Amino acid sequence: MTPLSRIAHGRSGDKGNHANVAVIAYTDAGFAWLREYLTADVVAAYFAPLGPARVERFEAANVRGLNFVLYDVLAGGASRSLRSDTQGKTLALALLQLPVELPADHTAMLRGA
Amino acid sequence: MKRVRVGNGCGFWGDSLDAPVRLAAAGRLDYLTLEYLAELTMSILAVQKQKDPAAGYASDFLDVLARLTPILAAQPNLKVVTNAGGMNPHGCGTKARDILTAAGLGDRRVAVVSGDDLMPRLDALLASGHGLTHLDTGDPLAAVRDRVVSANAYLGAAPITAALAAGAMVVVTGRVADASLTVGPAAREFGWSFADLDRLAAATVAGHLIECGAQATGGLWVNADDATGLGDVGYPIAEMRADGTFTLTKPDGTGGAVNVETAAEQLLYEVADPARYFTPDVVADFTTVQLKDAGRDAVAVSGGTAAGVTDTYKVSVAYRDGYAAAGTLVIFGPNAAEKARRSGAVILERLRRAGLTFAASHVEALGAGDCVPGVVRSTGEPAEVVMRVAVRDPRRAAVERFTKEFSPLVTSGFPGTTGYTTGRPPVREVFAYWPALVAKSAVAPRVEVLP
Repeated sequence: MTPLSRIAHGRSGDKGNHANVAVIAYTDAGFAWLREYLTADVVAAYFAPLGPARVERFEAANVRGLNFVLYDVLAGGASRSLRSDTQGKTLALALLQLPVELPADHTAMLRGA
Repeated sequence: MKRVRVGNGCGFWGDSLDAPVRLAAAGRLDYLTLEYLAELTMSILAVQKQKDPAAGYASDFLDVLARLTPILAAQPNLKVVTNAGGMNPHGCGTKARDILTAAGLGDRRVAVVSGDDLMPRLDALLASGHGLTHLDTGDPLAAVRDRVVSANAYLGAAPITAALAAGAMVVVTGRVADASLTVGPAAREFGWSFADLDRLAAATVAGHLIECGAQATGGLWVNADDATGLGDVGYPIAEMRADGTFTLTKPDGTGGAVNVETAAEQLLYEVADPARYFTPDVVADFTTVQLKDAGRDAVAVSGGTAAGVTDTYKVSVAYRDGYAAAGTLVIFGPNAAEKARRSGAVILERLRRAGLTFAASHVEALGAGDCVPGVVRSTGEPAEVVMRVAVRDPRRAAVERFTKEFSPLVTSGFPGTTGYTTGRPPVREVFAYWPALVAKSAVAPRVEVLP
């Protein structure tokens, strides 16, 4: 298993009590794989301890991006949330640590490939 | 071909005080934009204005403007567009004019954009059928009406364009959509109609990319490292053309990085459906945007298109929602994470024994993965962790009492408890966020050029 960060980068932020987590593949091959593998269900299961009400996935193929919206995941969001990370700033790096089983030959998915 | 350089030197209230000055000095800008208003900033400004009617704006801006005056004197065509006006754009604009006048720049006109503040007529709006229902839950605002401290519509670029057309060199607004700070100057410079939605969408992409300052230029970039030079990070510039295409870049010789990775990360930042990014000006489709590396620290951006326009403004309402406080201690030694969590439980138990429970409480062992609780666990044993305990409650006195329960652990807690150096944590008022929509026809943006 390797972390998702081998083939993708990303960024996360907030909208009220919701967060968005963008995952951006480094290559077309990586994006094709991500599209199949990284479903809203996979992301919802990973972040289940944070209790999102639901997870919705959007595509931005122009930047090889998948954008996940995690509803009601911020324990109240800015001001109300008692967490250190009130605004979901850490969620992208957390998702990029997701262990994944890449195909044996995944060199075409790596950064700079 | 005409090119217009818009640089954003501030991404939020609290951003670098030096960045706007450095960007204006080195950016060869036509426009300097400064963005100060996060979702809940208006509630803080509203409370300030309640205490002092002359306050209620982002006061950092006036300090920045004072430092900018020599640059403005040397660059007579440089214009400044900012939403620093917050809850009191007129007060802020007046002070800005006085600063310019004192610096011998009294000929530079200051314009104020207002009309976003719905508080003075909130009850009239509600009575006339504008329910301001919660965007997510559908609840009517009446449920929290008596606790509302601010309600602002996000205005668009048109009043900014009008202010510039009236000769303003400095435009101070209240709540305006972040990207509109860039769309306004572009529409003015290129003579775009506000019916030319594809152009507005393209400029919205530019505004969105630069609105968070250094987040477009290496800040938060997943691949930032020592070589990125964040210590000297340059702030972003959109060099725009009449067809809506633009180059994202930053001043030469500064640190940071502009490349397809930094641009793509920022393009999707705080976005829900990238095919429908709602602003007051246009619904922009970010999935049609093309990013291409165009040399060192330059990305060519093209293709942002419109997916329509709405007949509503988004409204950001904030209401009082009790009090909160958070305190920390450092726990060192074997089983530090477990001891930190137990220490937090001890604090809450002692308060319970004193008769106090809280509407919400949260304990973190920072250093052990609790920043993303339950999702990412640190591997290996940390030598020490930061114990952080936070509570929220409607009763201010209960939260005050909570803040006094940290120091006792220095002698009555687990061994290795230390780090009590900052005193009792402050109690802050909590403001909850209530997103809503209002018909554009119910809001009248105003532009006033100050004499």
